[in-house]
Amino acid sequence: MSSGTLSAADGSPGFADLVEHRSIVVCCGSGGVGKTTTAAAVALMAAERGRRAVVVTIDPAKRLADALGLRGGLSNELRRIEGPWPGELWATMLDTKATFDALVRRHAGDPGQAERILGNRFYQNISGALSGTQEYMAAEKLYELHTECGFDLVVVDTPPTRDALEFLDAPARLTRFLDHRLYRVLTTPTRLYLKAMNVAAQAFLRTASRVVGGEVIGDAIAFFQAFDGMEAGFRTRAAHVIELLRAPETAYVLVTSPRRDAIDEAEFFANELRATGRSVAALVVNRVHPRFGTGTAADADASADGATGPVVAGWRNLAELRRVAEREAAQLAGLRAGIGSAPTTQVPLLAADVHDLEGLRVVARELAAPAG
Amino acid sequence: MDPLQFFTASRLLVVAGKGGVGKTTVTAALARAAADLGLRVLVLGVDGKETLSLLLGGTGPLGDVEVTCATGLGPDGCGEIRARLVRAGHALSQYLDDHGLRRLTGRLLRHGVLDIVATAAPGIDDLLVLGRIKQLETSGVADLLLLDAPAAGHAVTFLQSARGLLDAVTAGPVRTQAEEVSALLSDPARCQVVLVTLPEETPVNEVIDTAYALEDRVGIALGPVVVNGLYPELGHLERLTTGADPEVLDPDVLAAARFRLERTAIQRQQLARLAEALPLPQLPLPLVFTAAIGPEEIAELAGRLRDGIAAVATA
Repeated sequence: MSSGTLSAADGSPGFADLVEHRSIVVCCGSGGVGKTTTAAAVALMAAERGRRAVVVTIDPAKRLADALGLRGGLSNELRRIEGPWPGELWATMLDTKATFDALVRRHAGDPGQAERILGNRFYQNISGALSGTQEYMAAEKLYELHTECGFDLVVVDTPPTRDALEFLDAPARLTRFLDHRLYRVLTTPTRLYLKAMNVAAQAFLRTASRVVGGEVIGDAIAFFQAFDGMEAGFRTRAAHVIELLRAPETAYVLVTSPRRDAIDEAEFFANELRATGRSVAALVVNRVHPRFGTGTAADADASADGATGPVVAGWRNLAELRRVAEREAAQLAGLRAGIGSAPTTQVPLLAADVHDLEGLRVVARELAAPAG
Repeated sequence: MDPLQFFTASRLLVVAGKGGVGKTTVTAALARAAADLGLRVLVLGVDGKETLSLLLGGTGPLGDVEVTCATGLGPDGCGEIRARLVRAGHALSQYLDDHGLRRLTGRLLRHGVLDIVATAAPGIDDLLVLGRIKQLETSGVADLLLLDAPAAGHAVTFLQSARGLLDAVTAGPVRTQAEEVSALLSDPARCQVVLVTLPEETPVNEVIDTAYALEDRVGIALGPVVVNGLYPELGHLERLTTGADPEVLDPDVLAAARFRLERTAIQRQQLARLAEALPLPQLPLPLVFTAAIGPEEIAELAGRLRDGIAAVATA
């Protein structure tokens, strides 16, 4: 288990505890399960408990702004949300390119080097559109907010599950990328002592050029040459970020809905976390169908068989809804068995999406309720 | 519209939708709907999701090698469902083999060069996958190719890769590949998209955004929108809850009826909003109330899809 502050198998008061004591909460799960809303509710809970909390979204959609009831939307600037709580609630949206640019400026030896890199087409490709970069920059942003901005709690929502793993892996991937033989090969023209390798390098480049075209490779070479000398700084920073993502103060909250595909993704993610020596600190199940009464679907069907008139439809409806609830419970049982003693919170299917702080407080109250 | 006509109008159908909307279920149901009409269907996945093959009647996760999931379907028993994965690494080997560069394959893959190349020209791994799909489309290995596109916002990025590379790469095999894939995606006689959503606020907003992004940025033809997970309307419930004395009812029956009415009211509202924002035909699919979803439920949903297609007015 990653931390001693969490309660044991009895469940409560696990979730509130996590909000009060951890310093990073990473919300992960597949798309469409209410991750962004959950992340915002966690930050709100922390503010209500007197902490200085910030929620970061890396989803370019307006969902976080929506959930917080912010009309003007969000940018990568920190924005404070005022409210009747003793702590502070802040929100921001990740701007991948701006974060990467700042990182380049931070590590560049001189302004000229920074400008050469920022103007390079290959750099613009990786800093803008490339998958994996976004995840790495999210980790970087999280580190910055945690270490430099004085927040007690940083809450982040991640992209859909499989990418969330990239999020965990991204800083390490950058390091591997810099260690890659091709990188070494590409930078050899500036390393005279490695001149002997140039023959192999040229063969390699010819091969790559045949596949993607010469100019793409040319851009890449120019980038790596401009980048030369900066990799040590990047690598040290990446190591710190990796360390933070592995630290016990970082909690991974798995968010899912009771749908089969979302649960499959959640199980996949729980396994991956376990495989990398981390664990799920809490499970949040959104959009759970209510259970009507204590009987089973079969009971309701039996009552329908024995009834006449319009009430038959009423019993059939009860049977159908109980069957959905039974299926959801059965599917969740497998997932819960796989996450050990982590507390589980079920948030019922709400009539409308969350569009203001009032709606968010409803979710926060559900999260704080003792585990189901 | 005649369902057979719908499924043969273009050889490639791309199923796209955000996570959690049941895209995989819908892909399986579309495959079954077409196979039940006697078509040979090849389902293409881009990741190793186990559920897709199980829903199709197969066993275990999809792999790079094609597997047959169901045969003997349709009026003359010719209908069949096969499935496989299309992945960048595998597609690259295939591409190099086909271009007489077999010797390079192992070396490139072994050194992780694909990662680097993909970094140098973003979208190239997606293009490799699409290029392979284009090859399958032209080769006539199946009457219908159904692509279970990547979930979340990645569907647009994925399909956009060809256009993006047309701007970045001006010559060479990648350029040719990008041109050919672009031609496939923008030709409504060869390819169209089926969008999937749920009758709820956020999924409806997202499918509207995705539809416009696909049209503007990929130029792909938009087919119908599948609205998944609908509560069937139960006429008698209204009368139960508004009757003279609803309190004589079992409290669970009453609470369940009120819940159902609330949900159906929300979904009517969302369907109307969707219809107003997106002038595309809607194919309704009911929420499945059984304990689990397997090939049997998929066959049932396939029937609903054919009914929905038949009900669409031909333009």
